[in-house]
This record gives sequence, structure tokens and C-alpha cells, in this order.
Amino acid sequence: MIKRFIGIVPVLFGVVLLTFLLVHSVPGDPVEVMLGESASSADRMQLRADLGLDQPIYVQFGVYLNKLAHGDLGVSIHSKKPIVDLLAERLPATAKLALLALSFAILIGLPLGVVAALKVNQWPDKLANFISLSISAMPHFWMGPMLMMVFALWLGLLPVSGMDRSVAIILPALTLGFGLAAILTRMTRASMLEVLHEDFVRTARAKGLAERSVVLRHVLRAALLPIVTVLGLQLGSLLAGTVITETIFSWDGIGRLLVESIEKRDYPVTQACVLVVALVYVMVNLATDIIYIKIDPRVRFAS
Amino acid sequence: MRLKYWSVWVLALWMLAAILASFVDLQPNQIHLDFILARPSFAHLFGFDDLGRDIFPRLLAGAKVSLFVVALVTTMTATFGIMLGMVSGFYGGWVDRTLMQITDVFLAFPGILLAIAFAAVLGAGLSNLILALCITSWVGYARLTRAQVLSLRQRQHVMAAKSLGASTLRIMVKHMLPLLAAPLLVEATYSMAGLVIAESSLSFLGLGIQAPDASWGAMLRDGVRYMLIAPHYVLAVGLSLMSLVLAVNVLGDRLRDYLDVRG
Repeated sequence: MIKRFIGIVPVLFGVVLLTFLLVHSVPGDPVEVMLGESASSADRMQLRADLGLDQPIYVQFGVYLNKLAHGDLGVSIHSKKPIVDLLAERLPATAKLALLALSFAILIGLPLGVVAALKVNQWPDKLANFISLSISAMPHFWMGPMLMMVFALWLGLLPVSGMDRSVAIILPALTLGFGLAAILTRMTRASMLEVLHEDFVRTARAKGLAERSVVLRHVLRAALLPIVTVLGLQLGSLLAGTVITETIFSWDGIGRLLVESIEKRDYPVTQACVLVVALVYVMVNLATDIIYIKIDPRVRFAS
Repeated sequence: MRLKYWSVWVLALWMLAAILASFVDLQPNQIHLDFILARPSFAHLFGFDDLGRDIFPRLLAGAKVSLFVVALVTTMTATFGIMLGMVSGFYGGWVDRTLMQITDVFLAFPGILLAIAFAAVLGAGLSNLILALCITSWVGYARLTRAQVLSLRQRQHVMAAKSLGASTLRIMVKHMLPLLAAPLLVEATYSMAGLVIAESSLSFLGLGIQAPDASWGAMLRDGVRYMLIAPHYVLAVGLSLMSLVLAVNVLGDRLRDYLDVRG
């Protein structure tokens, strides 16, 4: 496990380097692009100095790393506020959204996958396969408006967008959750099918256990292991999906902050958003690995 | 025609549409002020958009952009990724460790986040969109190729070729690449479905093709704006996109089963 911790250090370094290089890949003069042509030369000099662009690139990276280590992500060009504050304002909204989406995905995907595996090649399996395939082909920017159209505009059950009412979280969370649910259904089905043929399942049945108990306590428990790992990886698409989903539903999280910063050419904010999401993703994957080690005795004792 | 192959038919139809839009001027940007947001009719199957442009030719123009981007990005990233993966798997050691460390860094950015960021800083436009997608989508090919090469290296026919004095390049191209074709083809198919979505995601955010040229993502964004008064707009674009992605994904599943590649 310690090896796993040390293993992410170069990855983290690479992530920081790549996000650092991001602002440097602006074609031409970044200061010109960010401030526009009408900016005064004093403002330009100021920003150039603020961003450290008058220094050689390796010095800039050193300064960037040093600031980062002190929790300083720089200042927003647009609002002049420290970026850390901006992120801290927005992070809870995204975390709430992502967690609810994950819960929806598990609540929908897991039972659907179990049913599909138990009724393999029968109509429930085919139906589940059809649903998950169709949903997989629906990007967030198509799923979101569809849900909005049906539940908010036609049925009038939920608010169209915004964050004023607490139920407003449901539609964006469903938008994000459905995609993950589709993947989870397929994974659960495949994983269950593999376990269903194991000897210990036959033993459990031979003992005369109720089918319900065999499925829930023996099959599903064993089948969950690979699902946990892949779920950690798949959380990435959910995190990336918040960018578009939050924009559609006017949900003030990190994703929307990213899009706003792109529109305002506030690249230090763009850079910070990308960095934070990537760091969260790396941590989630690390946590998944640790959970996996904890819950699988085979891995635990082997290492 | 069997239902089983509907995915191939749908894909072929969109490719035909893209070719048609490339060689025939369908006037996708022609404005008809009397028809702003007009509903579908027999003469204009998908109706008109918010500026009074016929949606049908714009859908074809969007398909052209989408498939062009997908084809170009796939060719470039597959070539680069396969070469990198081969070198990594074949030589092993520090070369392998360094290269895989680099792929790990790219994998640390979830989904299309990095592509969004690059497209944003590079600036809008088709070539920057392609560049942003290229920067971020070669990793899958590299990882897959490397994993396959690691096991192929131990195969007897490779060892035989090696002991007969075959050059590294010859072993890679003649003795490994043919065996890599099946899994890579499946990977490429799934990756293409992802690229269709990625291209339209970036256009949806205003980072891809710029107005007045048509792209599915930008059309969807406009369609959402008029969802209440003209649902035909968003439905036409969304269903087109969905049909293409679904067809490519199903084709991937079929190929995987047919070529017996383990997912």
C-alpha cells in the first residue's frame, strides 16, 4: 500500500506540469489574449509580472510549484479574487451533485445488472441491455435537455435549472447518474455471470439456502469486488461530465466555473479548475485501490 | 437485410451523408427568413432553425465535420499510440517505465476535461479542436498495444524470428502488428464513438467549429435554447447524434464478439 502511495508522486508531478504548460500553449502572447487589445500597456506589464511571464519558463514552473505547495493557486484576472477562494465556494456544490449522481447510478445500475444476470438472454436481460446501450449513446448535453423537457417543461414536476430549490439538484444528478448507471448495469451483469458458475454458489444452493440469500449474500458480494474498482475509474467520466451538466442546469459548481473562465479567457482559473478535478480524480482512484485491498482478503494477504 | 446489421447500415448512411455534403453544395447556411423555426414538412424533413436555415442540410454538414474529425484524429492517434506502445512493450526497462508514467499522467485527467482545457487555450476552430483531441486520445492505443506486445514478446514465432536475425522493425511490423489488429480495431471503434461525443461536446461549449458553419454540438446548444417553442430542432440533432454513437458502439460490440477479443 505504501508503494501505491509513492507511485502517485510522479503522476501528481506530471499533472501539475501539464496544467502548468496549459497556459503556455496559448498561441501568441497570453497576456494579449487574456486582456484583449484595448488593455493599457501598464495593465499588460502588471499581468505579465503577476503571472511571472517575464521570467524563464523553468523559473516560472518553480514559482508555480512553490505557490502550489503553499496552497496558492494565483488570482483570477477577471474578479481579482484568490482562485482558492473561488474553488472553495464552488466545490461543495459539485461534490453534492457528484455524490447524488453516484447514488442514483448505484440504485439504478446495480439492481438492473443483477436482474439481467439472473434472467440472462431472457427478456429482462435484453431490455436492460437495450436501455443501457441507448443511454450510453446519450451524451450529457442531450440527456440533460431531454430530462429538462419531460420533467420540467411538460410535467412541471421539477425546476428547469438554478439552485434556488433543493429539488433542483435532481435533474442534473440524474443526467450524470444515468450514464454511469448504464455502465454499471453492464459491469454488474458480466461480473455476476462469472460468479454464478463458481463452486461455492453451487454449494450454497446445495445447502438448501433460499435463492434470495444465495444471490444477495454469496453471488453479489463476490461480484461486487471488480465493480468497485471499475466504479472508481468511471467516476472520471462523471467528474468530466459535471462541466457540461452544470452549464446546462446553471449549477454553480467547479464545472460551470471552468466554462465561465474559458468564456472570460481567465486562464489561471481554467488551469486551477482542471488541476483540482484531476487531483480529486487521482485521489478517488487511490482510495478505490485501498478499499479494494481492504475488502478483498486475497489481495490483502498476498501483499 | 437482417436487423442484426442495422448498425452497419446506420453508419453507412451517415458516411454517405457526409460524402454527399462534401461534394454537393447543399447550401447549409442559406437563410429563409419566412421559415424561422418552422416545423418539419414533406419538403423540409427536419424543419428550420432559429435563423431560418433548413436543418436537414445542416445535419449533413455536421455529419461531415464529425466524421472528418473522427477519421483524422483516429488515424493520427492510433499511429502514434501504436508506435509508442510497441516501443514501450518491446524494449521494456526504463523506456517502458518512463513512457507508461507519461500515459498515467494523461489518464489522470478524467474524460474530455483535458481536451476541453486545451481546446479552450488553443482557441476555437477546427484545427485546434483536432489538435486538442489528438493530444488527449492516443493513450488508449499506447496502453493496449504495450500490454499486447508484452505477451507477444514471449510467443514462439517472435522468438524464432528473433533468433533468425530479423530486425526489430521487421518483428514489430511483420510478426506483431498482424496479431494486434483485432484488439486494436475493437479499441478504435469504441474510441470513435467517444470522439463523436467529444467533438460535439467541444462544439456545444463553443470551442469547435465556429458559426455560421454547422456542427452537431453547436446546433444542439441552439436547439436547447428554443426547446420549448421548437422541439423539432433539438430532437433532430440529438437523435442524429444518438443514432451515430449507438451504431458505432453496437458495431464495436459485434466486432468484439466476432473477433473474439476479451473486453
